[in-house]
Amino acid sequence: MLPYAHIAILIWLIPVCLFAFLAVFHKQAFLPRVRDWLATGAMGVCLGLSLYMFYHAWGGSALPKTGVSWQLEWFRMAPAEPVRMGVLVDNLTVIMLVVVTLVSFLVYLFSIGYMHGDPKYGRYFCGLLLFSASMVGLVLADNLFMLYIFWELVGLSSYVLIGHWFEKPSACQASMKAFITTRIGDVGMFIGIMIIYWQIGSFSYSDVFAAVGRGSLAGTWRTWAGIGLFLGAVGKSAQFPLHVWLPDAMEGPTPVSALIHAATMVAAGVYMVGRLFLLFDAPTFLVIAYTGAITAFVAATIALVQDDIKKVLAYSTVSQLGYMMLALGVGSYAAGLFHLTTHAFFKACLFLGSGSVIYAMHHEQRMSQYGGLYRKMKITALTFLFSCLSISGFPFITAGFYSKDLILGDTLAFFLRPGHSAHFLLPLFGFGTAFMTAFYMFRQYYLTFTGEPRNPERFHHAHESPWVMTLPLVILGALAIVGGGFKFGPINAEWFESMGRPPSLSWYSGEQITEGGTLQAAGEGEDGAAAEAAGEGRGDPLVHEAHQMAMYLSIVLALSGILVATLFYWRGFTQAPAAIAGAVKPLYTFLWNKWYFDELYWATVIAGTVAAFRISRWFDIYIIDFLVNLAGQLGKAAAWLIGLFDNRAIDGAVNGAGWLCSSTGGALGRLQTGRVRTYLLTLVVGVLLIAAICLAAF
Amino acid sequence: MGAGTLASYVLTLITFIPLLGMAIILCLPKTSHQAIRGIAVISTGIVLALCIWLWRDFAFNQHYLIEATQAVSAATPTIQPANFCCYVSKPWIPSFHIYYKVGADGLSISLIFLTGLLSFLAAFSAFHIEKGVKGFYALYLLLVTGMMGVFVSLDFFLFYVFWELMLLPMYFLIGLWGGPRREYAAIKFFLYTLVGSVLILLAMLAFYFKAADKDLAFDIPYLISSQVFGPNSDWHWLEKWLFLALFIGFAIKVPVFPFHTWLPDAHVEAPTAISVILAGVLLKMGGYGILRLNYPLLVSTATSEFVIMALASLGFVSIVYGALCAMAQTDFKKLVAYSSVSHMGYVLLGIASLRPGAINGAIFQMFNHGLSSAMMFLLVGVLYDRAHHRDLNRFGGIGLHMPKYFALAIVGFFAALGLPGLNGFISEAMVFLGSFQNAMIRPLVVASTLGIVLGAGYILWAVQRVYLGPLKEEYKGFPDVSWVEAFTLVPLAVGCIVFGVYPKLMLDVFAPTTDLFLKVLHVSANAAATVAQAGF
Repeated sequence: MLPYAHIAILIWLIPVCLFAFLAVFHKQAFLPRVRDWLATGAMGVCLGLSLYMFYHAWGGSALPKTGVSWQLEWFRMAPAEPVRMGVLVDNLTVIMLVVVTLVSFLVYLFSIGYMHGDPKYGRYFCGLLLFSASMVGLVLADNLFMLYIFWELVGLSSYVLIGHWFEKPSACQASMKAFITTRIGDVGMFIGIMIIYWQIGSFSYSDVFAAVGRGSLAGTWRTWAGIGLFLGAVGKSAQFPLHVWLPDAMEGPTPVSALIHAATMVAAGVYMVGRLFLLFDAPTFLVIAYTGAITAFVAATIALVQDDIKKVLAYSTVSQLGYMMLALGVGSYAAGLFHLTTHAFFKACLFLGSGSVIYAMHHEQRMSQYGGLYRKMKITALTFLFSCLSISGFPFITAGFYSKDLILGDTLAFFLRPGHSAHFLLPLFGFGTAFMTAFYMFRQYYLTFTGEPRNPERFHHAHESPWVMTLPLVILGALAIVGGGFKFGPINAEWFESMGRPPSLSWYSGEQITEGGTLQAAGEGEDGAAAEAAGEGRGDPLVHEAHQMAMYLSIVLALSGILVATLFYWRGFTQAPAAIAGAVKPLYTFLWNKWYFDELYWATVIAGTVAAFRISRWFDIYIIDFLVNLAGQLGKAAAWLIGLFDNRAIDGAVNGAGWLCSSTGGALGRLQTGRVRTYLLTLVVGVLLIAAICLAAF
Repeated sequence: MGAGTLASYVLTLITFIPLLGMAIILCLPKTSHQAIRGIAVISTGIVLALCIWLWRDFAFNQHYLIEATQAVSAATPTIQPANFCCYVSKPWIPSFHIYYKVGADGLSISLIFLTGLLSFLAAFSAFHIEKGVKGFYALYLLLVTGMMGVFVSLDFFLFYVFWELMLLPMYFLIGLWGGPRREYAAIKFFLYTLVGSVLILLAMLAFYFKAADKDLAFDIPYLISSQVFGPNSDWHWLEKWLFLALFIGFAIKVPVFPFHTWLPDAHVEAPTAISVILAGVLLKMGGYGILRLNYPLLVSTATSEFVIMALASLGFVSIVYGALCAMAQTDFKKLVAYSSVSHMGYVLLGIASLRPGAINGAIFQMFNHGLSSAMMFLLVGVLYDRAHHRDLNRFGGIGLHMPKYFALAIVGFFAALGLPGLNGFISEAMVFLGSFQNAMIRPLVVASTLGIVLGAGYILWAVQRVYLGPLKEEYKGFPDVSWVEAFTLVPLAVGCIVFGVYPKLMLDVFAPTTDLFLKVLHVSANAAATVAQAGF
């Protein structure tokens, strides 16, 4: 078998070493184009290695179900509490590696054109390398501790890259908001890890799954651990209610948005839920499903009315991530991760396409200033169109259709199952979002590329981007179509299911447990509800029917969404949308202001924190320090009184004092044995004697 | 020859070489600034070299660890002189049974190394001081002797002498070389710590008078093994009061809420080098005292439910309150000072939980906070030397203009923020993971995770206000870090990264000590379990 683990470590080491090198030497240009081509080339090598692993995992030397792992003791928290670093390579890892390195490579390439002439060019590539290294590490980690470490490090690289132009106040605000908002989720994740570590004494995924299988991690604590870990995903994958950071993160350079805030890092939450699929129990899955559905819906409604080209894409990303969570929440492992893959392709293409447009329009991001750009940039426009078709779920020829259809079908099947009729909101939000997605994506396409130019001056200077920028677009645009669209293509739903099939607890249980039967049933039973719908239950006529229905419905919705957008916008702005916006003015304002989430958080969380720190400072100065100073003043007053007493009474007591002094001096003199003594020592000996007398009196 | 001989002198050398340096400086003329600085740097440099030797010798020579383990496996585990390396015992004042007893175990070695490193680097960072150079460095070296002495003493009296010895130079260093409100700050520092000292003194005397073997009445290992105020003693009622006295004495140094208000004032007024020592080393003495004396000497109180809850609560309050106060500051240095309150709260939380991982985490947190807070104070100092103010709201865009300084600042501040890959994360995670296992304080541990978010909040906000944003006109002329500044900052930055990536280097040094510490507590606690525990 291929040494998967070692190749994987190599894929991690290449960006790590290059990052360390460039972090020190990024200013010196002692190699030709050391900063960009070296980084891009290295990422190309990583991509090659990933594809090589993918090819082998797909063809010849299939990976074992539980993957290949490699471990090393890192340190010990206590003699009996080792912490290991380790690598786990299974089908999911291999697919994620391909996605991460492919999008990384293309974005690096694109950046060579897009970031040309930027004063912090070297720093930018350092940031990208740090991100790629952290993301690969996140994907490879075989335990929760390492997962958390790389989880934070991708957050750091996101912080650094959002704030790339940190001389812009809005950019630093956005980077700080991103870091702190995701950190709120990370705290939940850390609490989840604490619960698991306390319960089973290990961080390793396989130990966690084995413990779940044995039933030693069960009940309320399992639920809390699952919800805690999911909170991390809520932050990182910008799910409601922590989604507010992602649209602001668009302050970063557009290639960064494509790589980090569309294709890979924000999908880390989805990856994590998929990775820990066996940990979650039914209540947690419900939480995940509802979070995903609400996120998908809310973000899609906001995307309907935005003007900034990147903001639309940002909300679209949030919405699509909601889809993935919804899929995982209803137990559809394959659908969630399949959509992750296809989304990485078409969303990276859309972002890079928008980058190409922004580059051509001299950093103008408002769609109201665009129009007619198809005539100037045909490659960008066509690849953008393909991706729009894909994300809208245009039937049969696009990758997005297959992955989205799978999600909607599984959601519908989940709702149709007996006892689940209360969960009607899940399919409702799912299908509603499908319509809105098709509408706002084509609204964006038409406003940008068709009709008459609305800013003729900028339009005049617009031009197609250089090949380093269009080549990634072409590759990603092609993948948006073929990456899952063709029945016999390299990635389609069936393939994904057979290779990356939902994991099973029985893989991690020992022989005796499998034989025991009851334990296994207990372990499986709980997850059965979830796993059934996706994997084993596919032969079920109900599920089959649901998928049929979902397919027709989603085709109709996608086409009608595209149709409405075409009617409204294909020659630029028309009267109809303005009339509608005017008719439902309050709703329009509500959506335009993004459901007032930012305002809400300002009024509650941030105002609360400000109040808390003001109160703390007040308490520190006016209570604690007041008491300290008061004690000091009292001491001073006491000293003054004693001094007064001393001065007044000294005459009367002079004889007594003289006697006291001489006798004490004599006593102390006898104690002197002739050795050298310090002033301090004498003092202490004196206190010793006094204290001795006091204690003896007890 | 070599290692074996050196082992018996090394602690004495580490402690008294700075004193020798002070003597030499006192003989030098007032105006020969370069010579004075040279002597200070050389003497602290030799001390640092010896500290590194000690650290590596201890880490590599497993016999200390084996001895520690053997002692543990005995029927009644206790701390003996054999558990300490480089142990020396010489009579000092026999008529009062006072000995010169020094020795080091994992706990003290990690802090001795930290002290050696920081006192060497801080000596450089004070090079720009032109006023009273002779006095400054003389007092500075005396301070180093005091600090080292505290960490090596195994005789309670000796410990106390060094503890007091440190107080005086600190008072003068703040009071004479400090900022505009230096006198207030110095007096406040002095009074606060004096109160603590008096309490420690009283506790020490109680032990002296009740010890069964008078000749060992100040001997710390003996006092630990004899538990004079244990449940079987007639004087058991006194134990909780002694615990309180010692705890307040040490808590003032840590500092634990509500005994912390000397810290921001002292830090703000002190010159940079002294802030580095204050935050890097002095605060650790509180934690060291708790681990060395407060807990092992008074086991049954230390392991009582009340103390666990009370200390964990104080730890929690320190974490959150310190972070909130840090967020409220507009003075950069004060912000860093309050961050120390927050970070040292983790130490208290970890100790209170009495779980091995958490206590290792607490010790490691002391070490890591030593590196990161020292670095932050140096970073603030670099800025203050150029801008002559520390108002967070007046800065902006420094990162664009001073890229090397910015890079170092990012390492320092993110280490304090607890970013994985840097040292602070490992220790904070260990404290959390370990103390979560103590069911009694679990809600407090969960509540303390708020500190993770607040920590990110105040640090990123400060970074944003100082380093990011558009560059202000008034800061355009600033030079990037000088060689001397880089020389002080780079080792700390490297330390933050190395101990974050490979924490084993330090963790393995004190893990056996913690093990022994816990076994000592545990056995005595079991014995005490039969006696009903009365709270305060």
